[in-house]
Amino acid sequence: MTASAIHVAGLTKAFGPVTALDRFDLDVTVGEVHGFLGPNGAGKSTTIRVLLGLLRRDRGEVVVLGGDPWDDAVALHRRLAYVPGEVHLWPNLTGGEAIDLLGELRGGLDQRRRAELVERFGLDPTRRCSTYSKGNRQKVAIISAFASRVELYLLDEPTSGLDPLMDTVFQACVREVTAEGGTVLLSSHVLAEVEALGDRVTIIRDGRTVESGTLAELRHLTRTSIAVETLRPLDGLADLAGLHDVAVDGVHARFEVEPEALGAVQRWLADREVVALTSSPPTLQQLFLRHYGERLTDAEVADAPEDVS
Amino acid sequence: MTTGTRSPRRTAPSATAGGSELAGTPRLLRLAARRDRFLLPIWVVALGLVVLASVASIAGLYGTEAERVQYAVAVAPSVIARAFEGPIFGTSLGAILMTETFGMLSVLVGIMSVQAVVRHTRLEEETGRAELVGAAVVGRHAPLTAALLLAFGASLAVGAVTVVVLLAYGLPAGGALLAGLLLMGVGWGFAGVAAIPAQVAGSARGANGLAGAAIGLAYFLRAVGDALGEVAPSGVAVTSAWPSWLSPIGWGQQGQAFAGDRWWVLGLFAAAVVTTVALAFTLTRHRDVGSGMRPVGAGPASASAALRSPLGLAWRLQRGSVLGWSAGLVLAAGAFGAIGEEVDAFLETSEELVDLFAQLGDSEELVDLFIVFLMALLAVAVGAFAVQGVLRLRGEEVSGRAEPLLATAVARPRWIASHLTVVALASLGMLLAAGLAGGTAYGLATGEWGSRFGDWVVAAVVALPAVLALGALAAAAVGLLPRRSVAIGWGAVGVSLVLGQLGALLDLPQWVLNVSPFTHVPAVPSEELRWLPLLVLLAAAAGLSAAGLVAFRRRDLRA
Repeated sequence: MTASAIHVAGLTKAFGPVTALDRFDLDVTVGEVHGFLGPNGAGKSTTIRVLLGLLRRDRGEVVVLGGDPWDDAVALHRRLAYVPGEVHLWPNLTGGEAIDLLGELRGGLDQRRRAELVERFGLDPTRRCSTYSKGNRQKVAIISAFASRVELYLLDEPTSGLDPLMDTVFQACVREVTAEGGTVLLSSHVLAEVEALGDRVTIIRDGRTVESGTLAELRHLTRTSIAVETLRPLDGLADLAGLHDVAVDGVHARFEVEPEALGAVQRWLADREVVALTSSPPTLQQLFLRHYGERLTDAEVADAPEDVS
Repeated sequence: MTTGTRSPRRTAPSATAGGSELAGTPRLLRLAARRDRFLLPIWVVALGLVVLASVASIAGLYGTEAERVQYAVAVAPSVIARAFEGPIFGTSLGAILMTETFGMLSVLVGIMSVQAVVRHTRLEEETGRAELVGAAVVGRHAPLTAALLLAFGASLAVGAVTVVVLLAYGLPAGGALLAGLLLMGVGWGFAGVAAIPAQVAGSARGANGLAGAAIGLAYFLRAVGDALGEVAPSGVAVTSAWPSWLSPIGWGQQGQAFAGDRWWVLGLFAAAVVTTVALAFTLTRHRDVGSGMRPVGAGPASASAALRSPLGLAWRLQRGSVLGWSAGLVLAAGAFGAIGEEVDAFLETSEELVDLFAQLGDSEELVDLFIVFLMALLAVAVGAFAVQGVLRLRGEEVSGRAEPLLATAVARPRWIASHLTVVALASLGMLLAAGLAGGTAYGLATGEWGSRFGDWVVAAVVALPAVLALGALAAAAVGLLPRRSVAIGWGAVGVSLVLGQLGALLDLPQWVLNVSPFTHVPAVPSEELRWLPLLVLLAAAAGLSAAGLVAFRRRDLRA
């Protein structure tokens, strides 16, 4: 059993009549990049604020780096760094001042690393924060976080204002800190980012954990997209089990297939003499979209896998 | 928040006066009015109540013509009464009411107007909401126009309430109408004035500061003009000197409601509004949304050692406000210290005035009373600074800037304490500076230094516990009732100001006066320095601060 960086069980948090988190569970092990996915308003930021001791939990168990985030806030904050989703800075301070200030208050910055990050992110640290764009404010928080040598990084949609080039720099930084043994909780709704970086993923919806597991485990729940052309007509394809969104046009077909049905479908297609076949691997995107979709159509909620273990 | 971002979008399609620089103004006005649907009515009702209380008390105090003549004879030749209250133009009930209350009502209406204009222009830009609105079918001048119309409407309401109250008290209709229009004119004038810093300043805070300074300057100019004025041959009226005519508050008083009834003064307000608004519109055309007129220069690439602590940051954030308030206080204390010279000369000329001021304290020495009176006023101003400084905590929290800070190894009590420390030390510094400036100016004017100089300094510093208590109340509100903290803090300043300025006039019972911490400050140098009330005030300040600290430690951030 690996050491736990974050353990959350049955976390509930309500704001007046609105329940933001409802018996939410999350486990992050030391040294991993844990993707934290969910649509807007699902409770990602609320969770992270509870982990930071900025919000007080109503019920549930929350352990961060072995401590209680509310009672041991200051001691824990020395060992972690936070990048908010929406970075607000003091308008009359320069970016460089803000980086130093936040880093120093956290317990010190690695000055060499700070200089290197400022360079890599292309930030002008002499400009006043009031003149920064959203992306530049984000960079200030990111640089300040990664220039602090800490054990845990809580990143709340950290790349929401960054351009693709800076995204790449950011991903490199995440790999660097994990290579040094750091743990990262990366909340996002950018799936590519989580797929590129994440070891494991937790998906939150309406304040509850709906999926949690390794990317491989979750992919298992997703469908492979197949486009096929055969010599013989594909009549009857739609009747096979485990197929979805089937579109058949004579000898052409497009459909999605569940992992369990892949073998059967392959054999069925082989009988009809395949001429061309493209198959797209399952992506988190589809899983994610299905969870979005379920919010729209209740009918599908019933078949949603509730647990992965 | 939600209304701020959603409504403009909803309104966009109907704002169809395409091409016009005022397109969308009615919708924006309705949005602004909805957002202020509690705040502005509270202002209007509160100001109406002040008018009502004032007229009732003056009717009670000066019921007969003989009493009013006696009052006017005492006040007209008094440099101090003219400077602090205003010029007197007649012996009618209405005329005395105008002398006693118009100056303070003007300041309050001015604050209401200025804040409304900045709130709906520059502050909107800072939050980024203006960008969303500006991208819709909204003309370049629409946000400013809507903000101005809202401020005009609020001032109109204040004027109307004033007219109604005065008529209900049976005052002459013409004078009542003019008084209401003059008060409205002051509100309109300051709304126009506020429109300019709303374009020029680097931030909403800066815009509010500049516009607030303009109100202070206006009050100061008319104080100088009235102090330098001459008593009319009748002995019960004053002809103010020219500086009064440089000030919108001065115009309001020179309108002479219930005395000369100079209706043409209203034209000055109209001209001022047209000029300032035209200037603001011109400035709008020459600047980018969200930025001031001055380009923002580069700064240091890394933080100095002084900035790298919560205390360093708190000082950095409060510095501008501390320096601004200090400058204003030193100027005011110095100016009044210099005219204090005339107090001695005046002592010999009027027995009535001695009696009037003797109510303030035990001393026979008018200079002592003058120092007490001035410092009481300045202490409330320092109290206003303290409340503003403490409420900065709430501002940092609401703006989201406290969040990354409190996610570092800074304990919440330490963060709160850093700002409270800066505010407390700055308050002490300001009181000291005001006392030194007053004493120095008085010494230069009279050649009297020695113990008199010490009186000035002690009279100023003795108010520190009351200032701290007021600030600590705001701190308790930030911890316990965060959503109401701004209203509670400024409400406490307003109550202190009204009780301090009108308390004696309104003949309020002692328990009401005791609500204000400043009531408990010993009237040094006209009375003995008593330590007990000061210690009680300090204990209250400590208790309230601690309550705020503990409550803030226990609640959600940004609740």
